Amino acid sequence: MWEYTEKVKEHFLKPKNAGEVEDANAVGEVGSMACGDALKLTLKVDEKGKIEDAKFQTFGCASAIASASALTEMIKGKSLEEAEKISNQDIADFLGGLPKEKMHCSVLGRQALEAALANYKGEPVKEQEGEIVCECFGVTDLEIERAIRENDLKTVEEVTDYTKAGGGCESCHDRIREIIAKVRKEERPLARPKLSNIKKIRMIEETIESEIRPSLQHDGGDIELIDVIGNRVLVATRGSCAVCNAAQITLKSLVEGKLHEFVSPELVVEEVKE
Amino acid sequence: MTTVYMDNNATTQVAPEVLEAMLPYFHDLYGNPSSAHTFGGQVGRRIREARERVAQLLGALPDEIIFTSCGSESDNTAIMSALHTEEGKNHIVTSRVEHPAVKVLCGQLGKHEYRVTEIPVDREGRLDMDRYKDSLTQDTAIVSLMWANNETGAIFPVEEAAQMAKSRGIVFHTDAVQAVGKIPIDLKNSAIDMLSISGHKLHAPKGVGVLYVRKGTKYAPFLIGGHQERGRRGGTENTASIIALGKACELAGKHMEDENTRVKALRDKLEQGILEKVPQCRVNGGGAERLPNTSNISFESIEGEAILLLMDEFGICASSGSACTSGSLQPSHVLRAMGVPFTMAHGSIRFSLSIYNTEEEVDFVVEKIPPIIETLRELSPFWKPEEGICATGT
Repeated sequence: MWEYTEKVKEHFLKPKNAGEVEDANAVGEVGSMACGDALKLTLKVDEKGKIEDAKFQTFGCASAIASASALTEMIKGKSLEEAEKISNQDIADFLGGLPKEKMHCSVLGRQALEAALANYKGEPVKEQEGEIVCECFGVTDLEIERAIRENDLKTVEEVTDYTKAGGGCESCHDRIREIIAKVRKEERPLARPKLSNIKKIRMIEETIESEIRPSLQHDGGDIELIDVIGNRVLVATRGSCAVCNAAQITLKSLVEGKLHEFVSPELVVEEVKE
Repeated sequence: MTTVYMDNNATTQVAPEVLEAMLPYFHDLYGNPSSAHTFGGQVGRRIREARERVAQLLGALPDEIIFTSCGSESDNTAIMSALHTEEGKNHIVTSRVEHPAVKVLCGQLGKHEYRVTEIPVDREGRLDMDRYKDSLTQDTAIVSLMWANNETGAIFPVEEAAQMAKSRGIVFHTDAVQAVGKIPIDLKNSAIDMLSISGHKLHAPKGVGVLYVRKGTKYAPFLIGGHQERGRRGGTENTASIIALGKACELAGKHMEDENTRVKALRDKLEQGILEKVPQCRVNGGGAERLPNTSNISFESIEGEAILLLMDEFGICASSGSACTSGSLQPSHVLRAMGVPFTMAHGSIRFSLSIYNTEEEVDFVVEKIPPIIETLRELSPFWKPEEGICATGT
């Protein structure tokens, strides 16, 4: 038996907003019975672009029903712009998480929402874009690429958990591996654009503020950014850090580590003694 | 909340008599049956008795019984033994609806030097005997066909199939894990060479099984290293569980009539009750000869895991052939092999009863199922109530 969160159980046992909105002006239908889950989302959007009412009908397992119920709760009262930003991860988070094999239920929710919003805007029902990679579940390369990008997927198994692709006869596994390799290759240069000096300093400041300072202050310490010369980041230690024997280790592992992760892997942290 | 347990093809409760019989082997009689001293030796005698009891249920000789750790080990041992002893033969015949212990092993072997033929079944889960007959060749090392299907309860004509194999000099193995204890089996004048049993399917504990090997059948052990089971299966005997299995086999013999009359009547009542009250459902394998305890019902337009979880709220335990319950994304390979549409396979529920089920429990389930199905159908975008037809298995 799957380990579902209390929130998933609650939305499965007592689903919110089940049914169809009678005077719906946005309808999104995704999935199929052959695939094992399907979702029909009906919305009533008012003249100001606010989602007044949302209801769902689901064919699927407990987490598919819970994901659809959660989605309707999340979008009711929201503007279309706000609703557009909801990702599959947001749906999973709302439910306190989903078993990884069930993440495709949250993807189904996001797809239905997108289809409904497109329907509201009068966009024609999209022909399936891209080429089919997984014949068993009718999943295209574009859908797979998107899931990889949005959820930072690294393995065929993860792609299957999120999109179902590769979960049948498995003959497309090599193709999925190629797509993963392709997307990850593209992403690296995108994630690390060449930084101007001003941009670099700003990013270093932001990273210190949001990622580094809170954990140092938790232990009564702090650091101050003194200067940035090329890739050398000069900092001074404050508070308990200034007298701590482990400060060097902290600078190297925590400070430099975070700066590598969020700014550039070329940065070197140096302590300035005043 | 009381538990209504109707998942006996998954596992069964240890019978109280069985538990009582095995307990002394954990404290008073913990000796090693291989020891020279009386303290251990007396356990060896009791294992002999257990072996006799198992043999009696099967119409076999005690020497033909090898104790193993589970049904899967027995299946693996049987197939690998035949491949070792039938040198030069590289063909395996099996069916599309086997338990994974056979299916996955054969799939693996098929990737290497062996050729595997999977015989199809019809809509009711009946084996295609013409295809089976045609599949047997000079290169065939072993046939492995299950006696009764774990998901639908459909029974294969294994005796007839074994005769066909025997007349061509081919070793015949049957996975009888679901059949033993539920239907009478007599191997005395049979053509079956090897047969697998799992203890926990017939009210013995988990962790004990049997491989029956007909006297005179060429055999190569799987677990090597000990003289136990006359060198046919190394490893210190799981004495308490072996004693338990002996007791369970004795009880199964006693309860055989009850199983095939009262339990069968309960199953039929459950099935009819559900079919009468719930539109658009069908019995999978209902047209085949079936085990007396099993009913596999598909409900149109809804998904099995959701049904199971709502049943769970009432303490009702069963299984589903839906993709979501298995962890894979495709529904049961058994139902797909039978050509059950995906839509119906996703919504399939297997009820499997035992002698411990009561009529009150059946009534309780028949009362609870219809509103569960209705609740989920109301949520389903595919449910069209106006098409309410109920199709039975035929």
